[in-house]
Amino acid sequence: MISAHFLNTVQLGIKSLLVHKLRSGLTMLGIIFGVCSVIAMLAIGEGASFEAQERIKRLGSENIIINSIKPPEDNQQNASGNSFSVEYGITYKDVSRIQDTIPGVERVVPLRIIRENIRFDRNQESGQVIGTLPSYALVHNVDLVAGRFLTPTDEQFQRNVCVITEDLVRKLFPYQDPLKSSVRVKDSYYDVVGVVDETGSAEQRPQMGDSMGKAVDNNIYIPLSTARSRFGEMLVNRSSGSMSAERVELHRLIVRLTTPAAVISGERQIQHLLNHFHKKKDFELIVPLQLLREAEETKRMFNIVLGSIAAISLLVGGIGIMNIMLATVTERTREIGVRRALGAKRKDIIVQFLVETVVLSIGGGLIGVVFGIVVPLLVSWFADMKTIITAWSVLMAFGISGLTGIIFGIYPASQAAKLDPIDALRQE
Amino acid sequence: MVGHTQAADCTEVIRIRGVEKVFQVGEVLVQALRGIDLSIRQGEFVAIMGPSGSGKSTLLNILGCLDRPSSGEYFLGGEDVARMDDDVLSSVRGKRLGFIFQSYNLIPQLTVLENIQVPLIYQQEDLEEHRDRCIELGSLVGLSERLDHRPNQLSGGQQQRVAIARSLVNEPLMILADEPTGNLDSQTEIEVLGIINDLNKQGRTIVLVTHDEIVSHYAHRVIHMKDGLIDREVINEAQGVVS
Repeated sequence: MISAHFLNTVQLGIKSLLVHKLRSGLTMLGIIFGVCSVIAMLAIGEGASFEAQERIKRLGSENIIINSIKPPEDNQQNASGNSFSVEYGITYKDVSRIQDTIPGVERVVPLRIIRENIRFDRNQESGQVIGTLPSYALVHNVDLVAGRFLTPTDEQFQRNVCVITEDLVRKLFPYQDPLKSSVRVKDSYYDVVGVVDETGSAEQRPQMGDSMGKAVDNNIYIPLSTARSRFGEMLVNRSSGSMSAERVELHRLIVRLTTPAAVISGERQIQHLLNHFHKKKDFELIVPLQLLREAEETKRMFNIVLGSIAAISLLVGGIGIMNIMLATVTERTREIGVRRALGAKRKDIIVQFLVETVVLSIGGGLIGVVFGIVVPLLVSWFADMKTIITAWSVLMAFGISGLTGIIFGIYPASQAAKLDPIDALRQE
Repeated sequence: MVGHTQAADCTEVIRIRGVEKVFQVGEVLVQALRGIDLSIRQGEFVAIMGPSGSGKSTLLNILGCLDRPSSGEYFLGGEDVARMDDDVLSSVRGKRLGFIFQSYNLIPQLTVLENIQVPLIYQQEDLEEHRDRCIELGSLVGLSERLDHRPNQLSGGQQQRVAIARSLVNEPLMILADEPTGNLDSQTEIEVLGIINDLNKQGRTIVLVTHDEIVSHYAHRVIHMKDGLIDREVINEAQGVVS
């Protein structure tokens, strides 16, 4: 009975709003934009931070990554035109030093990374040849798709075997089974023993592939001992007109510590140790845990900023609603008088106008939710960005829109109810 | 005196004793009613006349429970309504009174039928339950063909007939009409007054405010007001008192 009465009031409210369709529509716009922007921006933000966090998580939160980098002064020498052999980077000695002196180190996995063309039959792809130990699989997320990863035996006997990434398989082996084939790098052939999936681990991507804006992982993993014997330590770079050679023992170390807590102190100690033995600044430390924390902090800030934008846009929308409702109350003074004369209590008038504002704001909220879901889909469709629409953002935006209607409807409704029926009836 | 009071209890719809109304206009106190005594019996047709400023609108507002007297007593159907609070007065209006206004005062966004139903909404009545009766009321005032029209699609006379149907929907004790024909041409005026007169013949109590002599001819009793007091009462012999 009461609910039927309430339905009636809602129906009446919708009817009153439909009298001024354009006006009601424009009033709703504020809420529509507010709700839509909240949901859409949160979805885009959530998607971006999810991707970033996934990438960092793949690096391992208990790892410290040490990269060899060419010191800036060597770059200058190269720029002057002299073709020089430069020597820099992490050495095998560093590996044993870290392993022996830093507390909390579980294992250190060295990597040699060589950019080379990888060939099978007539197919050719540029990629990275990564020489590493079997324990690489223990410190880095390696999803084995087929076959096996490198084994200690491979390492011991310097076998010409390799594990290649799925991306590479797709390009090199359109029809063949990679596990029964071998790929050629320079003049040597490597039997494919395994296939791994590494999509999303940007850290491993060839730099050039990145600049093309496409996520590709053309990696082939070979035993470190094999890499050492086949490629040596001198890498010769021939580029148009000049030639440079670099002598780098190891390109990357992945240091796995026993606990995440050990990562923070370990980072300082490794930094200290390497500074002591390296005269040039030819290494950099990447701490995924720290990156993760930074990413989380960034996300938190992002959410705060979004929250404020949402609050402001809904506030503006709410003020728009209040403005229109105040105008409506003035315009419908006589109607209010008539209703009062016909038995409406102040409460009934308040409910009537409140229902109208809530219908406006919830209507706007619903439309906003629809747009808020469509916009991120369009963004991920056209901009190739990951977006995640979270249920709580939809509920929150919708809830706030309803709340806005109530809060900003109370004042106009109470103004309407305050009218004296006699004065209201007298109004022309 | 005692006998009169007892008789009044059975048939009196309205009993007003010593009603005064004082308004404050800025610094000045204006006495709009200076002690009105008035009884209206069940089935009477009473016209209230008087020049503007005579207090007839103020009296109508008090009779219609839209306003409360500053002092004095007002019994509506035996109930003391002079001191009721706003909410209770609202429900008294909704349950016991029917209003007809000079400017019809229909709600523009509602259809004829919905306009007739408005008083029921505030009595928490189930509209479906009363739907047939509302349609009947519509045909009673000759608008059965136009129940789904909106007020702006109707002529003034038709709008006023909707208002009459609306005033009847809650089975009121009394219908208050404030210059019901003030905005109508003479032809429609006669039609509308005819309907009101018919209602009276069916036993409805009607109180009508007008300053049109012709309108007052329909009433049994014409009350002339002047300076906030009842100046004189004229019994209209031709109409005869129904009691």
